[in-house]
Amino acid sequence: MGTRNYRRKTSHSDHGPGDGGRTGSWRVERPVLNTSLCIPCKRKTEACFMCWLFCPEVVISRTIPPAINLEYCKGCGICAEECPTKAITMVDEAAFSEEDKDKE
Amino acid sequence: MHIIENGNVAAALGVKLCRANVIAAYPITPQTPLTEKLSEYVESGEMKAEYIPVESEHSALAVCIAASSAGARSFTATSANGLLYMHEQVQWAAGARLPIVMCVVNRAVGAPWNVWNDQQDSISQRDTGWIQMYCSDHQQIIDSVIKAYWLAEKVSIPIMVCYDGYILSHTYMPFDAPDQEQVDAFLPPFKPDYALNTEKPANLNTVTLPDVRMDVRGELAHGYMEIRYLLQEEMRAALAVAAEAEKRFADIFGRGGDPYIEPYLCDDAEYIAVGLGSLTYQLRVCVDALRKEGLKVGVMGVRFYRPFPDVAIANALKGKKGVIVFEKALSYGYEGALVSDLKSALYEHLAGTGDLPMVQNFIAGIGGRDIRTEDLTQTLRAATKSRVAKEPVWIGLKL
Repeated sequence: MGTRNYRRKTSHSDHGPGDGGRTGSWRVERPVLNTSLCIPCKRKTEACFMCWLFCPEVVISRTIPPAINLEYCKGCGICAEECPTKAITMVDEAAFSEEDKDKE
Repeated sequence: MHIIENGNVAAALGVKLCRANVIAAYPITPQTPLTEKLSEYVESGEMKAEYIPVESEHSALAVCIAASSAGARSFTATSANGLLYMHEQVQWAAGARLPIVMCVVNRAVGAPWNVWNDQQDSISQRDTGWIQMYCSDHQQIIDSVIKAYWLAEKVSIPIMVCYDGYILSHTYMPFDAPDQEQVDAFLPPFKPDYALNTEKPANLNTVTLPDVRMDVRGELAHGYMEIRYLLQEEMRAALAVAAEAEKRFADIFGRGGDPYIEPYLCDDAEYIAVGLGSLTYQLRVCVDALRKEGLKVGVMGVRFYRPFPDVAIANALKGKKGVIVFEKALSYGYEGALVSDLKSALYEHLAGTGDLPMVQNFIAGIGGRDIRTEDLTQTLRAATKSRVAKEPVWIGLKL
């Protein structure tokens, strides 16, 4: 099925995850969270969430632990850069098996 | 009301009558008096609009793109290098499907610097996805501006209303300036499908991938190619909508004709001269003279250049002995752009029928070189006798 009956004839996207397509496929490095260093995980309370605040794609949830939606995460690394406890590290996608990638 | 004014004022009056909400323009000869007149209307309160002075033509169209995206009826105007400087935004306005109307007051492009009339500026924008209308007199300028807003908003495609610099822009002629009530009856307020709205935010024309994608609602949204195909499809369909505009206009204003072409003494003609804009009215004088010599000649103006009215043109030229295309522009390295398009239409609709006319191409008035009626008449006379040359011939060249 094509886009013939789509309600617009221009490029028009509403805000929300995925308005630019499955941008997760652009990723070269994947953010991996170490819950033993993550502030809300350690304190078991809503705190910090710098990763959630800074993620330009809004793909990190404000939950304990914060969840990263790899379908749309472009792997920009801003979360890892901003995390005050260095709980997020960027890992080369090549380190993950094809099987892992399929699960995204 | 019949008034005597110049072509730029005819355009400005049309814009005022259409109640444009936003005007952004950068002055350039010979368009300047048009924008000056509009700024006078706004400054005096005669016209309720935002007049936004800008530092360049690129910004002028960028302002119109933003204003149109916010649901405002927008207008700009330019000439020559101003239009070329706009080029990136010209393409953007079409892809964004914004019904902006722009007057292009035709002028030669640099280098070398030249402020006089030819049509290389708008012809060079042929492939940008804008509708192009060409005017032959002041009445057509004001009427085309009014029709253009209706058509642009109906099909969501921007329109260039093109008219010859000086020859039309700076000469005075009588024309009928319609009443506001008539224009209001013809042209309803602009109601876009979506206008920028803080309650319903959206990203417009962001990176659009080569393939289709699921949008946030889970509906399959267009990729770049689908959006561009729709522009082509709806541009072609705009031909029928232009006919609707012409009929609607005639019903309310009591004037109009063929929406695509303007034939003069073509019915019994064996040879037809073809052109864009005021040159076709000058050619009428040549045709009148040659008719007295017994030559069966006519002239056909092309009013719509994009979308190209291929069927109307092929029907009008079917079975003629010769078609002589006069142009004030060309596609360097080949021939006039109009003659190429015209031959393509003839081939498509008449090849193999035995009704295919011989086609010749003449280039005239480049950079404002005076087009003498005697030269045009002599050229037309010679073209009816035999094929003058395979390559386009430049009239009045002094090499």
